[in-house]
Amino acid sequence: MPPRMLPDPTPETRHFWDGCKEGELRLQRCTACQESYFPPRPFCPKCACREVEVYKASGKAVLWSYVINHRPRPDMGTEPYAIAVVKLAEGPTMMTNIVDCAQTPEALQLDMPLAVSFAKQTDDISLPLFAPAKG
Amino acid sequence: MKPKSVAVVGAAETTKMGRIPDVSVIGLHADAALNAMADCGLKPSDIDGVACAGISPVELAHYLGIKPTYADGTSVGGCSFMLHVRHAAAAINEGLATTILITHGESGRSRVGAGGFARSASSLAGQFEMPYGPVGPPTMFTVPVLRYLKTYGYTVEDLANVAVIQREWAALNPRASFKDPITVDDVLNADMIAWPFTKLMCCLVTDGGGALILTSAERAKDFPQKPVYILGTGESVETPMVSQMYDFNSSTAFRISGAKAFKEAGLTPADVDHLMIYDAFAHLPLYGLEDLGFVKPGEAAAFVRERNTAIGGKLPLNTNGGGLSYMHSGMYGMYALQESVRQMRGTAAAQVKGAKVSLSQGVGGMFAAAGTVIFGNEAP
Repeated sequence: MPPRMLPDPTPETRHFWDGCKEGELRLQRCTACQESYFPPRPFCPKCACREVEVYKASGKAVLWSYVINHRPRPDMGTEPYAIAVVKLAEGPTMMTNIVDCAQTPEALQLDMPLAVSFAKQTDDISLPLFAPAKG
Repeated sequence: MKPKSVAVVGAAETTKMGRIPDVSVIGLHADAALNAMADCGLKPSDIDGVACAGISPVELAHYLGIKPTYADGTSVGGCSFMLHVRHAAAAINEGLATTILITHGESGRSRVGAGGFARSASSLAGQFEMPYGPVGPPTMFTVPVLRYLKTYGYTVEDLANVAVIQREWAALNPRASFKDPITVDDVLNADMIAWPFTKLMCCLVTDGGGALILTSAERAKDFPQKPVYILGTGESVETPMVSQMYDFNSSTAFRISGAKAFKEAGLTPADVDHLMIYDAFAHLPLYGLEDLGFVKPGEAAAFVRERNTAIGGKLPLNTNGGGLSYMHSGMYGMYALQESVRQMRGTAAAQVKGAKVSLSQGVGGMFAAAGTVIFGNEAP
């Protein structure tokens, strides 16, 4: 299997990928209007304020939408897998994969609660994936 | 006639359509351009403005021997041509050029002289979408749909209906790739591509092209074809990442673009006799009907199910068979525009009798962009 397609962080996104490496899902928040947003950028997309802060998000989300890809990309293995979008408890949506869960329409119910987990890919990159929340 | 009106005077598709392994991408642009020039009796030396997507307008101009005073290389996916029409109308009015050629050509199936679909790993999509396994449009354009179905209580059968009805239109079109009737069960039982999308809910992959030539409406009466007037246009862009759409139940770009075009035309959805909504996948006509205001949010599936968009219905939609059955080379917007022009000229294979206003809605790059053109066949 070819190596998985991985992100190449830029200065504006470095904090996010460093967070994943350290087991933290990091979002940004505007200090003026309190908007939480994703993907990373050094200003608030709602009010354009440059005074923004990085914070550790809860890692909680719900399953927002997905497709189950039946023609796997070579670096993703040979079985169908869900390409999912989750809605984070803090508001933003994020693309991801759902782990520890059958990749079927029956198992993948919209609005099911999820929690982040980090899958190490290289020394530099861990991907934020989501699993059904326990309890 | 309103001052500053602009019209389409030349329109044509490539000579062949479907599988064209002996013509490269730029060759398809040129074939369509030459056909459009023949359609209106012009030569390259008569053209002083060029626009295209996929290749650069520099390549197009030099290949055809055009020395333009206007070039537009706007490339925002499959609706780029709607934006080209909009920009061309403004440019003609501003005196930037008098006669503008817009071309499309794509070797979607045969890949002769075609570029790739790669995204840089440092782009936002490369960092925050590609690691999770999308494989081009069938696994990206479709991502919001399960949420949309849940929000409005739509079913997978509602997606299938769109494909079934468009196949009925395609049966009337000798140039359509697929003409045999299909049922909802056929669609649901076709190969699964990306749940909930089966193969028959996804567009074709073909080779082809098309071209348009625009000039001022004053000059248009001197050309051999019936002029098709631009009544109103709109455009917008939303997000390079489908996961970051503002609302999974609605295309913000559709709403902005459509509202702008209707306002400019001084028309409402009730005035539209014929409609084209770019259908790379079966959900797009449903979004389009709602976001352009033809029905209220949550009503599109029933509107299609009740055959309002079918042959004999009150709002004929995608009468060429659409991207699902007619052709889809990758950037389908040009073919929607061509069908609108044919309908306004009265020359379509599935002609809507008495149609006076046609709207073409384009979408680009997985809900990234939108463009709207409202055409009429009576001088504004």
